[in-house]
Amino acid sequence: MVRMEIKDVNLWYGSFHALKDINMDIYKNKVTAFIGPSGCGKSTLIRCLNRMNDLIDGVKTTGEILLDGKNIYDKDVDVVKLRKDVGMVFQKPNPFPISIYDNITYGPKLHGVKDKGKLKEIVESNLKGAALWNEVKDILDQNAMSISGGQQQRVCIARCLAIEPEVILFDEPCSALDPISTGKIEDLIIKLKKDYTIVIVTHNMQQAARISDYTGYFYLGNLMEFNKTKKIFTNPDNPQTENYITGKFG
Amino acid sequence: MDRHTKDKLMKGILWASAILTIAVLLIIIGFIVVKGSPAISWEFLTTKPLRSGRLGGIYPAIIGTIYLAGMAVIVATPIGVGGALFLTEFTREGKITKAIRFGADTLNGIPSIIFGLFGFSFLVFYLGLGISILSGGLTLAFMILPTIFRASEEAIRAVPIWDKEGSYALGASKLQTIWKVVMPQSVSGIVTGIILGLGRAAGETAPIIFTAAILNPVLPKSIMQPTMALPAHLYTLTSEGISMENAFGTALVLIVMVLIFNFAVSIIRKKKSIRR
Repeated sequence: MVRMEIKDVNLWYGSFHALKDINMDIYKNKVTAFIGPSGCGKSTLIRCLNRMNDLIDGVKTTGEILLDGKNIYDKDVDVVKLRKDVGMVFQKPNPFPISIYDNITYGPKLHGVKDKGKLKEIVESNLKGAALWNEVKDILDQNAMSISGGQQQRVCIARCLAIEPEVILFDEPCSALDPISTGKIEDLIIKLKKDYTIVIVTHNMQQAARISDYTGYFYLGNLMEFNKTKKIFTNPDNPQTENYITGKFG
Repeated sequence: MDRHTKDKLMKGILWASAILTIAVLLIIIGFIVVKGSPAISWEFLTTKPLRSGRLGGIYPAIIGTIYLAGMAVIVATPIGVGGALFLTEFTREGKITKAIRFGADTLNGIPSIIFGLFGFSFLVFYLGLGISILSGGLTLAFMILPTIFRASEEAIRAVPIWDKEGSYALGASKLQTIWKVVMPQSVSGIVTGIILGLGRAAGETAPIIFTAAILNPVLPKSIMQPTMALPAHLYTLTSEGISMENAFGTALVLIVMVLIFNFAVSIIRKKKSIRR
């Protein structure tokens, strides 16, 4: 089932044409990976899906991105609501420099949860959801900047889960992490797809192959190929895709 | 001279410069402490001056300086922080931001006596505020506005973009992000600017001698009344040759006040640096 539809999306940074006629579907409860060399537009596209690009000056976007049939770029769309439905985890682990507990409750509090008991429950269930509870349950009042990078990234994931999104965007979530932490995040992403729709940008082709169901290969702002991950990695239609995946290029 | 000797020589010269810098500070402070401490007593700090300050204390001047510097900070802080927030969060870098920043820097470079003259003719006479704490406080506020503005701007700009993006991505509005992410992280830098401004406002003489300061040792009952102030009192004691001992005593009190502010700044800075 299709959760998000990207239709004829073009994006310019000033006069630079960064995304060119992108069309693709994001399937429900699947992991969709965006791969491609640096500057190919994959991060730009993922940032369109929750309108993070709105924050950048001089960005112009055309086309439609439908979330459950509704264009998220329509004038009457509430960006706050959109970002609650489409959560995001960033490249650099970016917990706020406050306690782990307060990091998780940041979103729910913004959206009006005040009851202390309820907040406590949210913290526990989402840290469990992010496979971090056992490691931090005794240090919830510690500054989130004091734990390891991999743990910080899982705090960010828990923080994102706490706003109960439907779709989670991961923008190169492991590129700042060591292999063990990366493994944990990958396991987590595979587990999360039962309940969420997941989009991940990655530089790491093995990672895309390991965890994704669908893969899009981007090059110079074009979506060169989009298909089931198995197909892309075993028998791509486009020779350029094959060159990139086999490391002949990129 | 070979390269090695040149290096050594250069290092020696730079080292001497560094020592000289600290030496100037220590000599001035030492001099003030030695000459001023005989005048200091509980009575000196808590009673009114008698016979133009030849006898008695400086209590009204201490109170007046606290009022004036406090008023300057109360007025300049919301304007400075607000302006800095506008520049960093609500507008894009361009001609207007450059003009505002250039304006602040220029304001910072205006000699304090000119602020005094402006306060005297514009606030005291044109607006009819009279010689008063209000006139003097506002004049000082204009003077320290760029200090607070620039410190705030720097502190707000130092808040990393990824923290703000993290907040927006959780569905926070701009105001919520400023309130919950930007302000908590920049508050120590902003407070640093405020305290530096406070120190400067407490110490400047020129802006207040035409606008707020009087010799009459009465405690002001409202901000519409004039007041004594430490730097102005010090100026009078010295220039009229009333009492050098009490002048140095006043100087010591003033310098201790300013040093306390500076210590507060360095403590705040240290706290900030271990946070991340």
